[in-house]
Amino acid sequence: MNERRRLTLALMDPPYESANSTTALRIITAALAKGIDVNVFAYEGAVCLALKDQTPHANPVKGTTVEEEEHPTTKSFVSSLLALGQDKPQLTWVNCGLCVDERGAANVVEGVKRGSPADFFKMANESTNTLVIPTR
Amino acid sequence: MSRYVFIETRDPFESRDTRFLEETAVAVKERGHEVTVFLVQNGVLAARLSARRLGHLAEAGVTVLADDLSLRERGIKPEELAPSIRESGIDALVDAIVQENTKALWH
Repeated sequence: MNERRRLTLALMDPPYESANSTTALRIITAALAKGIDVNVFAYEGAVCLALKDQTPHANPVKGTTVEEEEHPTTKSFVSSLLALGQDKPQLTWVNCGLCVDERGAANVVEGVKRGSPADFFKMANESTNTLVIPTR
Repeated sequence: MSRYVFIETRDPFESRDTRFLEETAVAVKERGHEVTVFLVQNGVLAARLSARRLGHLAEAGVTVLADDLSLRERGIKPEELAPSIRESGIDALVDAIVQENTKALWH
């Protein structure tokens, strides 16, 4: 039997604060490249990874423009990954609704869903494995 | 037998908790399980031969891998690694954690 593999990740770190976010995005990318379905449950500050209001900026210290700086935003990474994971493999990204409300972070990129820890429980049950990436 | 993948992100010279992870990895291995420690982020600082760390993991039969991007970000060259530690990509970590009967723990 050739059963599809599925990996669930729980993320908690907010964007631009921890190398954990970069590593998590790399794991998701690598898994999708291997045809592995991925579930992401974004909890606490991680709900802001997909925040649409993020804006690339120039760097006045280096004197670079927005275009020259090519400042990467996590919302762009999330959008790109969701585009990669539209079908097979599939990426499902769920933001914790209460965490979103607390942070006023409802304006997220297309494809991100709203859910609760019950979704994480369901995701974990349906997955080959689950990796929890906590904050310190 | 189960497989365990310990993902170590912390600098051993900053966090004494890394010792706890090493001891746990060895203890799990001694109980007959397959154990991999994947060093990533500041965790790769322990991979250098000059750091004189983690040799006891290899002696216990634990596989130790070090993330290639984390090594490059920190200017650590492959020839600087302890002989028992292998440079590896993040895809190797993904392969390891999607195996059946595998427990993946992030530290």
